[in-house]
Amino acid sequence: MFAGFMVNAWEIATIVAVVAGIVGFFVVLRGSAFPAHAIPNGAFAGAAGANLIGINPLVGLGAFALLAALGIGTLGRRGRRDVVTALALVLMLAIGAAFLSQSTEYEPEIFSLLFGEILGVSSGEILPVAILGLACVIAVGVLYRRLLLTSIIPEIAAAKGLQPHRVELAFLIVLACATTMTVPVVGALLIFTLMIGPPAAARCFTNRPGLALIISVAIALVTVWAAIACSFETNWPVGFYVGTYSAAGYGVGRAYAAWERRRGAQLGNKAR
Amino acid sequence: MIDPPVLEVSDISVAFSGRRILDGVSFEIHEGEFTGLIGSNGVGKTTLLRIILGLQRPDSGEVRVLGAPRSPRSHSLGYVPQKVVLDADVPMRARDLVALGLDGHRFGFGRRSKNQRELVDEMLHDVDAERFADSRVGNLSGGEQQRVLIAHALVSRPKLLLLDEPLANLDPKSVQEIVALLHRVSSEHAVAILLSAHEMNALLPVMDRIVYVTEGRAASGTTDEVVRSDVLSKLYGHHVDVLKLHGRVLVVAEPRPEADHLPDHPTLTVS
Amino acid sequence: MSLLRLLFEPGFFSSAPVHTAVVIGAVTAVVSAVVGVFTVVRSQSFAGHALTDIATTGGSGAVYFGISPLAGFIGGGVAGGGAMDLIGVQRVRSRDLATGIVLGAATGLAALFLYLDATQSATTGVTQQILFGSIFTVSSSTIPAVVFFSAAVLLVIGAIYRPLLLSSVSPELASVRGVGLRVVGLLFMLALAVAVGLSSIAIGSILSTALLIGPAATALRLTRSIRGAMVVACLLGIATTWLGILLAYDSDYWDPSSQGLPVSFFIVAIAFLLYLLSGLAGVRRHVGRRDGDIPAREACGLGDDTTAKAVA
Repeated sequence: MFAGFMVNAWEIATIVAVVAGIVGFFVVLRGSAFPAHAIPNGAFAGAAGANLIGINPLVGLGAFALLAALGIGTLGRRGRRDVVTALALVLMLAIGAAFLSQSTEYEPEIFSLLFGEILGVSSGEILPVAILGLACVIAVGVLYRRLLLTSIIPEIAAAKGLQPHRVELAFLIVLACATTMTVPVVGALLIFTLMIGPPAAARCFTNRPGLALIISVAIALVTVWAAIACSFETNWPVGFYVGTYSAAGYGVGRAYAAWERRRGAQLGNKAR
Repeated sequence: MIDPPVLEVSDISVAFSGRRILDGVSFEIHEGEFTGLIGSNGVGKTTLLRIILGLQRPDSGEVRVLGAPRSPRSHSLGYVPQKVVLDADVPMRARDLVALGLDGHRFGFGRRSKNQRELVDEMLHDVDAERFADSRVGNLSGGEQQRVLIAHALVSRPKLLLLDEPLANLDPKSVQEIVALLHRVSSEHAVAILLSAHEMNALLPVMDRIVYVTEGRAASGTTDEVVRSDVLSKLYGHHVDVLKLHGRVLVVAEPRPEADHLPDHPTLTVS
Repeated sequence: MSLLRLLFEPGFFSSAPVHTAVVIGAVTAVVSAVVGVFTVVRSQSFAGHALTDIATTGGSGAVYFGISPLAGFIGGGVAGGGAMDLIGVQRVRSRDLATGIVLGAATGLAALFLYLDATQSATTGVTQQILFGSIFTVSSSTIPAVVFFSAAVLLVIGAIYRPLLLSSVSPELASVRGVGLRVVGLLFMLALAVAVGLSSIAIGSILSTALLIGPAATALRLTRSIRGAMVVACLLGIATTWLGILLAYDSDYWDPSSQGLPVSFFIVAIAFLLYLLSGLAGVRRHVGRRDGDIPAREACGLGDDTTAKAVA
């Protein structure tokens, strides 16, 4: 499975996992699971549209992901955020459906947009993914402290002169960027699992934010590598393994946390 | 040359939905003073604090901090808000949260300098939070979280610390501890404190000044100056009696003419 | 009379698929509206949407195992809803997380089913069918089943109406009154799952969120009471669905060379438009609203921890 063409898959998967682990850390911290699901799905519509007019799907992906991010960020301030997210999401999906209905789209194309087709990735796709990935990581690095503060105590952040809604908008844009680069790999429907499972598991193992971030990346890498290996062996879709292993990782994390709580209670009892 | 007061609130008025919430509120706070903002629930204390913080704009009047008009970028104000929800799932230790008080508003990331870490340790020691410094903030009790938030607000050495109803949900023992802690910190670091509460008795031993708010109006001064029958009666607009009993204060209102369905004895309001 | 002909392309009123579509559309719109109002009030829009995606898994599994898609949608939704409730976390943020994890696993399973569908059987367009639906191709024999399940959902909601209302608006009050919050929460989740399954037939699993959330959210912006909102949402939902059906039918005729646009697209677009328009109406009414009035957490886009604390 490490043959020539597979090397591309491993490389891209590694980049994707690192970005998902880092961006996902804040997705989980901020409770932004829904937007993290909505933006890639919206991006799918853009890819379908791009396919229709014959331009690079990545462009369509990026444009619609950004549109979704801005929509949720700005409209969400007026209306209920979860409602706006839901409606923006389905609207973009519906547009995607409309695009698809207009073309004689092949079944596999839709499938790969939604669920990913990492094994078919070409070496030419690595560079744009790497660049976008680097941009995302740098953006998170620059915003790191502000993101932490506004995520945990936004009331105080506002009093310090930070504008939490601006930080939120910036984060949504980073999220859009991250999903754009990952959708061709893991697919629109599944990228967010990678952004949620590993970070949610990671925070069960440590109390320190920086360490939780690193563990999040580590778990994401293991998940994606295992998914590729299994997909290669069984020919089943990568997305299936990503979904299952992410859930498994989350389960392990929760179990560990529960065990630790019980152990802490027992130690407390022993001390008395 | 007299230093400008740390906080100058001049003639602040704000109305919402046709209701006057604050009407010409004015007072001053000087360096190191411990001021209680006392009033019953819903009277506008939080609104006043938000205006001071720059989170809300008044209809008229102005706020000056250290002589300069209120600007959101100034870091001379520390703030402990009312209802801070800290999730037990969030991977952040008390120590980390306090450290964010130093640099949470800055760009970038990276290890903190030795100097910064020492400041954090010192602050944790000052608020007596050392024993749970490495626990998750979400797992701490109400009183413990309160200490961490106070440390977070004070670590950058502001001139004024604002606290919105910090004592509201605490048990009496914790109330005493937090009040004592605030008093100690205030004198040690020359930080002025403005603390809102609906009950003034816990603060009587430590308050230098009181700003008593009701019906949108406020009276400010020392406790002896303000908490008197004549002053409060004028404020309330009807007669109230101030009773001092064993070092505690009771504000008692006469039954209102409209309330003729209530039993026939004076109603206790603020105590 | 030429105006009528302009609005309604020839054969609309006599077409049998249109009759079926109109009935199914109306029934599912009503059920979605009723359940949707509570979904929005309980801040469970993500769970509602997740259930539609989980219904996808059910639908694609049904195709693979050769059973009726409706059974698959409903079965998948119920299983997913049950799983989400079992992980049953109290705080909204962690609840959304658990929802996401279950959704991710279910979507992965859907990927597997669709892949197996495509390779093992020779069915084409399966993905598109399941996900985006085509109300015109639903056979009229499913009408009884749809009506039955819809009635069941409405009965359940009617049965738990008061405790559901109380626990949605104030979980603390509800628990003080001894309302079995876990039971109410679970029953609601199951009703939601079935409602989602039903509208998946009409509008496709992925898009049924629009019918669930759109009319309900719009109605809640326009009226104050929950009962009023349910009525308005039903009306909006039926109007949305019927208009969508009409436009989709007409669109076949707009450009004879290309295919018409799908019904689901129109339904979603109309629902979204209505919500936006209601926002404008709302803004005009609440001109005095300032940012200070929105809780800090909501304004900066963070999940709301304070509501639904005891709503599992």
